Amino acid sequence: MRILVVEDDLEAQRYLVNGLKEAGHVVDDAEDGEIGLSLSLSRPYDVAIVDRMLPKIDGLKLVEELRQHGNVTPVLFLSALSEVDDRVKGLKAGGDDYLTKPYAFVELLARLDALMRRRHPAAVKTRLQVGDLELDLLTRTAKRGEASIDLQPREFRLLEYLMRHASQVVTRTMLLESVWEYHFDPQTNVIDVHISRLRAKIDKGFDTPLLHTVRGAGYMIRARA
Amino acid sequence: MRAPRLFRTLAFRIVFIYIAIFAVSAAGLVAFTYWNTKRALDSQTDQTIDAEILGLSEQYQRLGLGGLADVIISRSVRGGQSLYLLTDLQHHPIAGNLDGWPQIIYRPDSFVEFNYERRVGGLTTLRRARGRIFALTGGFQLLVARDVHERHETVRLFSTTLPWSLMLMLVLGVIGGGFMSRNLLARLDSINETSREIMAGDLSRRVPVRGSGDEFDTLATSLNRMLDRIERLMRGMREVTDSVAHDLRTPLNRLRNRIDAALRRLPPESAEYVEIESAAIEIDQLIATFNALLLIAEAEAGMAREAMARIDLRDVVEGISELYGPLAEEKNLSFDVAPSGEAMIAGNKRLIAQALANLVDNAIKYTPEGGKIRVSIENMPAGVALIVADSGIGIPESERSRVLDRFVRLEVSRHSPGTGLGLSLVVAVAKLHDARLDISDNKPGLKAMLLFPHDTVRPVSSRPSVAGIPAPLAAK
Repeated sequence: MRILVVEDDLEAQRYLVNGLKEAGHVVDDAEDGEIGLSLSLSRPYDVAIVDRMLPKIDGLKLVEELRQHGNVTPVLFLSALSEVDDRVKGLKAGGDDYLTKPYAFVELLARLDALMRRRHPAAVKTRLQVGDLELDLLTRTAKRGEASIDLQPREFRLLEYLMRHASQVVTRTMLLESVWEYHFDPQTNVIDVHISRLRAKIDKGFDTPLLHTVRGAGYMIRARA
Repeated sequence: MRAPRLFRTLAFRIVFIYIAIFAVSAAGLVAFTYWNTKRALDSQTDQTIDAEILGLSEQYQRLGLGGLADVIISRSVRGGQSLYLLTDLQHHPIAGNLDGWPQIIYRPDSFVEFNYERRVGGLTTLRRARGRIFALTGGFQLLVARDVHERHETVRLFSTTLPWSLMLMLVLGVIGGGFMSRNLLARLDSINETSREIMAGDLSRRVPVRGSGDEFDTLATSLNRMLDRIERLMRGMREVTDSVAHDLRTPLNRLRNRIDAALRRLPPESAEYVEIESAAIEIDQLIATFNALLLIAEAEAGMAREAMARIDLRDVVEGISELYGPLAEEKNLSFDVAPSGEAMIAGNKRLIAQALANLVDNAIKYTPEGGKIRVSIENMPAGVALIVADSGIGIPESERSRVLDRFVRLEVSRHSPGTGLGLSLVVAVAKLHDARLDISDNKPGLKAMLLFPHDTVRPVSSRPSVAGIPAPLAAK
């Protein structure tokens, strides 16, 4: 994947670029908004990581201009600002996701994966499948093998999100934001409880577990262990 | 709605009292003038009559009855304002220009007023006179009077007009007062309107100044100067929180990045990996505390006012209960949400959700297995209340106000995870919404109540908010 990193804190930029390269991505970097804008307009990227506060052209302005040029590269904002209404401003300017510094690298990677997957959506799906687990989005039913699984509406949404991002790490924050639409720190790991309930419904009694916990990161649903 | 309010205004009351005082003193003044003028005019007439009686009584003594009669006849034909009547003891006229003894109470030597008939060219008119009866020796009576009809008519006209003029003055005064107070009200209203908009979060508003230099302009100028200062302070506050956020987040971010980079290089089974991973967890806890503090600071500074919208508390309760319910069940707690009607308030949904989450999280933490938690919305006379009640260990009365302070963790909670900022954030969110957090004994357990007063259940300023929250619905 080709990733553009626009970040003026050079040390943070170095860590970010190295980390992304280690994860197997091709990375370009820019240290101010001007370079960032010209790079993003002249080369195709799968995703751009843009700091909110940049010299020369501010992060918000950069994305606004990018969108005005008809460029739809997914953008993930990084911000060190206080966040009460900052997130909304960022998303309104045309950003696709928003991460407050300091962030865990796994969180960033998981979100980039999700953004890039969104970039290349498969044809509109009416059913999702992972291993022998099937989710029918039209009838809102789930079954594993021949056994049908009874899911609450929120459990259905949780499973749907996990299956749409099958074989990708999904963090707790991503789940809280996407499935529950909350942007706050829940203090207790409430998500874990919901996951263990879901796990009891889809994995209990089957030989191969599908829903895995990824240490220090979050969860992942996949067919092969 | 308008009229009763008009009568309650200070301006109207002042005008009304002023008119009342003015009416009473005007009436008093007119009465005094009337009485004084009448007295002066009467005494003038009386002196003339006295002088004439003196003259006539001398004539009587000198010339006798016949002589007096002659004098009276000659004076009577002269006409004019003077009236005479000389009679015997039985009031039979002897001489004079009055036809008969007038209907008066017989009081010799004192002045009387009476009506008499005057014939002018076959036309009889009833006229007013003032005179005095003088008893002559030999039982004869002499009445000398003067016609005071014009004066009497003037006075009568005056006294019948006076109440009407006073009434007219009152009516005009009330109308004038109404207009005046309405004018004052309009200016006060504009000040009130501006204040309300400012309280709703729009600090850029200013009270209009007319430029007439009157007291209202002075007030408006002072208020505006005060607002400028507040706005400057708020902006300063925001800059401080923003730069504190930025300056602390940047090094924390680098630290977090380094730890991540180190973790990636180590085999997950090594002792170093475990050590560094626990450092990462510590850092994340530190970041959580820092974020909570920043959020409290922002809420307390009223920054999140911009993102206010009309929200239904039921949605918040439903969402948070759905999120935390399983956590409670996991702990064998009965978690139940009381049904309620629509509960619209003006607020920041995210912050209220977080505040409720903190209260529910605390309830779950401090209620032992088998306990009960109940979340409800109640409409109270004072406002709309969001209540989280549990059957847990509660908080001793002496500690209740202390737990609302920052970083306070009671002994019993020392070993459970948490920043110690949960309730402080709830307090800050309450303050932002002009609401109040009350914690009381649930017998057993704790009852936390967030009371949103009715005036925060107000329509939100109709200006589009900065954060792009959709324009709030008009109040129902």
